[in-house]
Amino acid sequence: MEFDTVMMSRLITAMTLTFHIIFATLGVGVPLFISLAEFIGIKKKDKHYELLAKRWARGFVITVAIGVVTGTAIGLQLSLVWPNFMQLAGNVIALPLFMEVFAFFFEAIFLGIYLYTWDRFKGKYTHWLISLPVVLGAGISAVFITTVNSFMNSPAGFTMINGEFTDVSPIGAMLNPSTPVRVAHVLGGSYVTVGAILATIAALALLRKKTATEYHKKALKMTVISVFVFSVLTAVAGDASAKYLAEHQPEKLAAAEWHFETERNADLVLFGWLNDDNEVVGEIRLPGFLSFLAHGSFNAEVIGLEETPEGERPPLWIHYMFDLMVSIGFFLVGISFLYLVLTFFKRWNANNKFMLWLIAASGPLAMLAVEFGWIYAEVGRQPWILRGYMTVDEAATSSPYITHMFFLFLALYIVLGALFVITLRKLFKNNPAAVELEKHYPELNKGDK
Amino acid sequence: MSYELIGISVLWLFLYGYVIIASIDFGAGFFAYYAKATKRDHIINQIISRYLSPVWEVTNVFLVFFFVGIVGFFPTTAYYYGSALLVPASFAIILLAIRGSFYAFENYGSKQSNVYMFLYGATGLLIPASLSVALTLSEGGFITEQDGVVSLNYWELFTSPLAWSIVALAIVSVLFISASFLTFYASRADDKTALDLVRKWALFWATPTIIMALTTMIALSQRNQRHYENMLDLWWVFGLSMGFFVIGMGLLYVGKHYGKAFIAIMLQFFFAFFGYGIAQYPYLLDPFIHIEDSVTNEAMGIALIAAFIGGLLLLVPSLILLMRLFLFNADYAKGKK
Ligand code: HDD
Ligand code: HEM
Ligand code: HEM
Repeated sequence: MEFDTVMMSRLITAMTLTFHIIFATLGVGVPLFISLAEFIGIKKKDKHYELLAKRWARGFVITVAIGVVTGTAIGLQLSLVWPNFMQLAGNVIALPLFMEVFAFFFEAIFLGIYLYTWDRFKGKYTHWLISLPVVLGAGISAVFITTVNSFMNSPAGFTMINGEFTDVSPIGAMLNPSTPVRVAHVLGGSYVTVGAILATIAALALLRKKTATEYHKKALKMTVISVFVFSVLTAVAGDASAKYLAEHQPEKLAAAEWHFETERNADLVLFGWLNDDNEVVGEIRLPGFLSFLAHGSFNAEVIGLEETPEGERPPLWIHYMFDLMVSIGFFLVGISFLYLVLTFFKRWNANNKFMLWLIAASGPLAMLAVEFGWIYAEVGRQPWILRGYMTVDEAATSSPYITHMFFLFLALYIVLGALFVITLRKLFKNNPAAVELEKHYPELNKGDK
Repeated sequence: MSYELIGISVLWLFLYGYVIIASIDFGAGFFAYYAKATKRDHIINQIISRYLSPVWEVTNVFLVFFFVGIVGFFPTTAYYYGSALLVPASFAIILLAIRGSFYAFENYGSKQSNVYMFLYGATGLLIPASLSVALTLSEGGFITEQDGVVSLNYWELFTSPLAWSIVALAIVSVLFISASFLTFYASRADDKTALDLVRKWALFWATPTIIMALTTMIALSQRNQRHYENMLDLWWVFGLSMGFFVIGMGLLYVGKHYGKAFIAIMLQFFFAFFGYGIAQYPYLLDPFIHIEDSVTNEAMGIALIAAFIGGLLLLVPSLILLMRLFLFNADYAKGKK
């Protein structure tokens, strides 16, 4: 590996995005759960849910702050680090980036109103209604930015003549072949991840303390049900993504599956490693399943990596990224399903220690799945930045200062990350749910906590 | 009007919006620190935090709007400015990140620490200084292109009188705009002691603002004759700006109609800002980026304008709601809600 400006450009982008995506995912998902909790609270006249909404919202302010500052960083960095790419692609894909800003505006305005008006309106539903633009704004901004990323994978909406884009159709570029599946998968992944993280918080609280158990149990139930619903949807959308890849970006799927030769009835290779002769060893082999994953039929032909010119093949280590993501996906479906079964049969205790520990693990794992998924998607696009049109080498800045900037931003993210954790701990440690229930809702009797 | 002109006018308008609301925010940070250092924080910090809490994120989006929009309408700007500004813009990002996130962190911390107040005050001045570099670069002579490599001549930049006077102008304008807004807000909140203090600051910072504006004109005449002469041709725009300045100062001085005083000051900056911008036409970056040559294709230009109109229809009512709830709600400003 050579640490030239291109490599440093890739590293700085990868670093910023890996950091940003944590907060972006939270930013997309948390508003939905706040809104749900407030709604259930009003509907059932249950103060526990109202408090849930309030506490989640309080933590959310801090994640939004980091989401906004890191997002501003990546927004500027796209031009600073990839000036040639933005100059070319901007002609076709500027529209969703521009509209995304309006979604941010919309979201930011209503978030400000929502946070500062808990008790300012007469009707309870008025305040809840304000949460809807926040949920919508966050979701739409994810949709818009995802179309940009889709465009990089399957460029559409123009014709290229002499290195210039002509006949540009901004809408056509947004609705490129990979947009539908990717949008569904990214949104589903965000909601499932946030559900799992909130479930983790509730599970840990139940494992640690014996206070306010009723409050945490309600939180747990609501979030785990959501995890189940969204993890199934995410898996379906992920399957659709694989089918998209098989058709439009076969080299990415082939590299991820270590599928070297085009064949029918292709096996699915799970984990394992490559020996010196590039043979797969130690793997788990599911006969015919790759054909099924790629085309929905065990007999279908799957294009192998051999058909891609040598210089255009993505690195083979993305195999692990893909496998880990999918494993976590199945884990999430399984755990949430198990919990639901246990709660359905009242005789069994769904909140037993073992179950709680599994749920506690699901939040961090889900966030890892998001990271693995993105790394797979982005590295799997190599060497292209705009598949088929522009390579990463051609796109990067030529400024030698990029290395300094890398370390500057590394320091920034370390500081931000540390402060984020410290602040959240301070916020919730010094003010546990039990205390707050006592203080604000003394009318709830003891047994009800 | 051609779509590139619509595009640049809209972007310039949003940049102006950012200059005003961000100045209020940045200056308030400095004043909060200054008040604390001189043990007067009990007088004004309540006012400052009540106004700023709900709006900092919205302020930030104005900036994002501008840079996303300019790259969208004029993709060539990504190439030249993106290549040249790597270092200054990265510093601006870091400062913005420190400011934005510390704001959220501190809001929930128990007590405002001195370190935080210092950073909050210092970034308030450093951010405008670092962002203003982009304006300096647009005058030409700082960016070179050789063998397809665009680079920034740092020596030229750091020894340029124009660069330094633009930085100074940015800082004093921030303080002036902010103080005049806080005067208005304190009068809204009926807070007499705070009002006296911030009004004094507003009157004080007016003088350096005018001095720096004139200094910058002189420095500009040496750097970019064309731009300077275009500005002289637009003398009446700057005359209007001066007129509103006098009105604003008069109102502040007699101590009445603080709202109108602030509007006058906004208009002062509006005319100066647009006069400066129009005089730079037809360049976005002298001599590399020409508005007509660098504009995006027609389909994208029209799509962006359509998106903009749609976005405004959504935004304007929301912004009005925000302002009615926080800014112009006298009970809220007084701290009753
Ligand atoms: C909680 C998050 C999560 C979970 C459980 C899964 N994924 Fe995923 N996956 C993502 C989060 C994610 C992601 C972060 O959202 C990615 C990155 C880029 C993208 O479009 O979505 C992604 C990408 C991605 C891609 C690449 C798309 C492309 O590059 O064009 C495929 C083929 C899959 N996923 C397939 C699956 C399958 C079959 C899963 C089975 C359960 C699965 N994912 C679970
Ligand atoms: C949705 C919008 C996204 C856009 C527009 C985008 C854009 C880019 C660009 C321009 C690059 C540099 C070129 C390259 O190396 O291929 C890149 C690389 C990368 N991005 Fe993304 N990205 C997006 C989402 C993400 C997210 C959310 C992650 C989070 C984990 C991510 C992870 C990476 C990584 C790891 C690389 C480096 C790949 C490599 O160098 O091999 N991307 N992305
Ligand atoms: C799929 C990946 C991404 C998702 C889901 C996502 C979503 C988000 C979310 C939820 C926020 C917080 C906004 C708020 O709460 O107001 C945010 C901030 C931001 N993101 Fe990302 N983002 C992604 C990748 C990117 C990329 C690649 C860019 C670069 C163009 C980007 C640009 C921004 C900007 C500029 C902000 C700050 C906006 C503001 O100032 O309010 N994001 N993003």
